[in-house]
Amino acid sequence: MWDYSEQVKEHFFNPKNAGAVPDANAVGEVGSITCGDALRLTLKIDPDTQTILEAGFQTFGCGSAIASSSALTEMVKGKHVEEVLKITNQDIAEFLGGLPPEKMHCSVMGREALHAAIANFRGEVWVDDHEEGSLICKCFGIDAAMIERTVRENGLKTLEEVTNYTKAGGGCSSCHEGIEEILAKVMAEHGEKFTHTEPAVPVTPAKPYAMTNLQRIKRIEMVIESIRPQLQRDKGDIEVVDIDGKIVYVNLTGACAGCMMEQATLGGIQQKLTEEIGEPIRVLPAHLREAMEA
Amino acid sequence: MNLCEYLQKEGYKIHKLHVDEKGRLDLDEYEELLDDKVAIVSVMWANNETGTLFPVEKMAEMAHAKGVLFHTDAVQAVGKVPIDLKSTKIDMLSVSGHKLHAPKGVGVLYLRRGVKFRPLLRGGHQERGRRAGTENSASIVGLGVAAELAGAHLVVENTEVKAMRDRLEQGILAAVPNSFVTGDVENRLPNTANIAFEYVEGEGILLLLNKMGIAASSGSACTSGSLEPSHVMKAMGIPYTAAHGTIRFSISRYNTMAEIEQVIQAVPPIIAQLRKLSPYWSGNGPIENPQKAFAPTYA
Repeated sequence: MWDYSEQVKEHFFNPKNAGAVPDANAVGEVGSITCGDALRLTLKIDPDTQTILEAGFQTFGCGSAIASSSALTEMVKGKHVEEVLKITNQDIAEFLGGLPPEKMHCSVMGREALHAAIANFRGEVWVDDHEEGSLICKCFGIDAAMIERTVRENGLKTLEEVTNYTKAGGGCSSCHEGIEEILAKVMAEHGEKFTHTEPAVPVTPAKPYAMTNLQRIKRIEMVIESIRPQLQRDKGDIEVVDIDGKIVYVNLTGACAGCMMEQATLGGIQQKLTEEIGEPIRVLPAHLREAMEA
Repeated sequence: MNLCEYLQKEGYKIHKLHVDEKGRLDLDEYEELLDDKVAIVSVMWANNETGTLFPVEKMAEMAHAKGVLFHTDAVQAVGKVPIDLKSTKIDMLSVSGHKLHAPKGVGVLYLRRGVKFRPLLRGGHQERGRRAGTENSASIVGLGVAAELAGAHLVVENTEVKAMRDRLEQGILAAVPNSFVTGDVENRLPNTANIAFEYVEGEGILLLLNKMGIAASSGSACTSGSLEPSHVMKAMGIPYTAAHGTIRFSISRYNTMAEIEQVIQAVPPIIAQLRKLSPYWSGNGPIENPQKAFAPTYA
């Protein structure tokens, strides 16, 4: 069990402002259900004075996620919108008397929810259509902008810290290079140089071994067949349109087509293929095929 | 699993067998994979999270028919199910003392006569060169006595302990909506209950149970320090909203029915308390179409 501060325990055992605020005019929903942390923050903001009148949270997550959510609502109540936008995840962690390093992502989730809710209040679109390239951690749906913000605000210097603060890179580990590029970029702004360090517990990608295209296609098909029953259980299905080297083009059909979880489903299939085949396999919707070939 | 990953890094090829939604192995897939290139098969006798029993005796025979060595991790099974090694084709079997009330830190590796192996610890010639280092006599004697006692209580495990486990599950499932037992319910250890509580996260459950003096364990990501839920739940295709809320209760002959009733009383309010905080829950049930209605992302 984690070593939580008294404040964390207090906010977990007796959470403040639990539940949704009735007639809220600001809602922020952030998190990743894959890794088991998600937060819906509801705020009631006075449009004239821009003051947060009420705040409520609904959290699926561990003790420190619930405590961070509770702390956040206490921190923002009665404050001006501009004032709360200055709250950093460090402020949330400090309010709680500190969080274990591995749990810092809970404070980041709080700050992200706050920004999402205020964007929602202002009628801004809190975009989640991850453009190709901007989505770094495909396992948990963490994009480059969030990693960059968190690295900058917390002065992070290692891959391990980025995983502790954002969870990015904690799944299949195929994005470690992408995270290191962000670290290098942000650190360069301060004239620092990023040095690659091996994580304490090596997360080892499967050893690549020579495979012919035909073997790879056969194995991809086998893995897809093993996934199919799960999709069919949810009244969906998958159609493999083409396999081009390590890129698989698919159509999700049935209930999967147009489902909000489509991206997560594709990500899951990609992860499974990468694990099973031992090579980085990309899974893309079939309509991107022409764009990729062009 | 970690050892397999290490070996894979060294260049060995590792095949992982798949399981179905109840955690049962596909023996056809196993048969197909067995050939003269396979060096060794390792199968756990019972899964540590769900208690699901695997047909290791049959699998050992299948391996032997192809001339493949067979190892089983029987840590969870020893003392719970009868094991008669002489009548099986098992070449190697691991036992861990603390699972049968022996001191922690002592275990057994059984090797069938004639099975070649390399010692992990070299140096002294204790145990006829099989393992260097002075023997921990007290623990070894402790394990011997624990094994004798376990043998004598095998029937108790499968009657009284099983009855407590069944009462615990029945009591909790009757009082908590949206909860279910994971694994192969028909075919499992008598002392393990793994229950998934949908729409809540396991660490919160453990913290609240701990406050009431109840010890259990969870397959959630948060408790382990990893970021994904247990690979056991993932392999069975348990949805994330349930996998993160799985709790394993382990019962022994030192528990009492009164304690079981205490847990049955304690669990429902804890789950209700956490569900009140959950974005997937509203009033007395999950929100409509939960996975679609609440689909958070990081922008």
